[in-house]
Amino acid sequence: MADSDSTQTVGEALRAQGISRRDFLKFCTVTASLMAMPPLAGRAMAKQLASMKRSSVIYVSFQECTGCLESLTRSFSPTVENLIFNVISLDYDDTLMAAAGEAAENAREAAMQKNWGKYVLIVDGAVPTGDGGVYHTAAGKSAEQILAHVAKGAAAVVSIGTCASFGGLPIAAPNPTGAVPVSDLVTDKPVVNISGCPPIPAVVTGTLVHYYTQGRLPDLDSYGRPLAFYGNNIHDRCYRRPFYDKGQFAKTFDDEGARNGWCLWELGCKGPVTYNACATLKWNQGTSFPIQSGHPCLGCAEPGFWDGGSFYAPLATGKWGRAGETRPRDMAFVAGAPAGIGAVVGVGAAGWARMRRKHLEDKPREEED
Amino acid sequence: MDPLLSFVRGQMLEVAIAVFCFGVLWRLVGVTLLRHVRSLSPARYGRVRAVVEGSFVAGTRSWPHKAFIRRTGYGEALGYGYHLALFIVILLFAPHITFLKSLIGLSWPALPSSLINIIAVLTLALLIAVLVRRISKPVTRMLSNFDDYFSWLLVTATVVTGLMATAHLGAPYHQLLAWHILSVDALLIWFPFGKLMHAFYIFPSRVINGYTLARKGGAA
Repeated sequence: MADSDSTQTVGEALRAQGISRRDFLKFCTVTASLMAMPPLAGRAMAKQLASMKRSSVIYVSFQECTGCLESLTRSFSPTVENLIFNVISLDYDDTLMAAAGEAAENAREAAMQKNWGKYVLIVDGAVPTGDGGVYHTAAGKSAEQILAHVAKGAAAVVSIGTCASFGGLPIAAPNPTGAVPVSDLVTDKPVVNISGCPPIPAVVTGTLVHYYTQGRLPDLDSYGRPLAFYGNNIHDRCYRRPFYDKGQFAKTFDDEGARNGWCLWELGCKGPVTYNACATLKWNQGTSFPIQSGHPCLGCAEPGFWDGGSFYAPLATGKWGRAGETRPRDMAFVAGAPAGIGAVVGVGAAGWARMRRKHLEDKPREEED
Repeated sequence: MDPLLSFVRGQMLEVAIAVFCFGVLWRLVGVTLLRHVRSLSPARYGRVRAVVEGSFVAGTRSWPHKAFIRRTGYGEALGYGYHLALFIVILLFAPHITFLKSLIGLSWPALPSSLINIIAVLTLALLIAVLVRRISKPVTRMLSNFDDYFSWLLVTATVVTGLMATAHLGAPYHQLLAWHILSVDALLIWFPFGKLMHAFYIFPSRVINGYTLARKGGAA
């Protein structure tokens, strides 16, 4: 956790952590290029970021699994991303901070008062609103109350992860806790959604750095996500795309297609409908991403991905049946029953037509008689 | 996942398939069981031979006679052309095979997607040519009604949205895919109640006509 009383600049803090100027410049250049900024913006960003005083960030967690924070702060190899995140002045994070109970609550209140109207609020997790908010409470307050309280003094709100952005797993049908995304409750502050389960660390820090150096949130897509990172779908940037175009697909996880690295579309890959930077930024310092590791994209950065049917059902299939996956035996009911009813109606219609015809044929004779 | 995409490939597709199956069976059974006019002429062939002769005639007369080929060849070529291209796109595109496999449990090899794209563009060009011909010729224009144009619109919309989805043209892919599946749903719902039903009627009706003519001696 950062020390909020520090008068250090971000540059000084990073140097103290052992980050060289070269690494810092590299980070700023990459971040600027990822956000489609002009070539010299990286240098300007570095200059501004290095000289700025550390700004306050308050991080609150609700219905979540801590995977987002884990992704961001993984410590096996400290990166510029997580140091930036920390050094920017993470004043309150109930998961990371040593303090607990009243001390933790007091620390949050102190950070809020000191930086009123200026701090960035990061929210991790969906907010349960069902049954009076009993599904998540801290210090006797519901998640909804805590969010309303902390958001009041925030300059901007960053929803981290799919749970905070779109409800994620908690909102999945039947949504027993009445979970809602942060943007449903915070309507009077700028909210940016950084979806993903978990989100890519560079996307989180890139968004924060953009906010601090440009003084505004980046341009957002229709789901409130930074366009620079969520502007392209994974399918368009996937290195396996040529195999899709050639019609070469892995049919199972251990067939020849899978071994040859063919497209995973038939194994349920949701890359074509998922907008994120996984295929370009990748994970673990650019090492790999799920598709590169041989697993189809689950579409975790999209709203309602838990209710989108089986993860392993191809997009071209219908979405029904017990596993949300169309199967021939489901078809027996979906198609068979209406077909049977149709046949019965057809017999009835033909019988009625025959009777009517007979009636019309008999009529002149009756008249003749 | 996009709510529209989720809906069109979920509940709406389910309803569309149910309506399609209901409508097709209703009309097939209803028409098949209608009372047929009794033939009063002496039978020239037995029933089995009449079916064989009738089927043969149905096949040979599905192609223009050489005496008329200059007059009707263009229209026939357009019709057969877009039907053939459409069948290739529907039956040999990998995502379509996956869809059909999920419905009926059977699959077969696909053509390369890039080749399918070329054939789909050809299909669209032929569909436009068919419409232009229909409107530009007074006879076909007078014979056409809402059913013809609406059926054409649904088929063309399905081809256009499919092409847009594969090329990622004009909108995010998930929207394009949703529009494509939505147009397929609409096509399935309309199919049994409009002229698209000819897909089921055409061969049985030609064979029955051929059979009737053969029994009368007209198939020679």
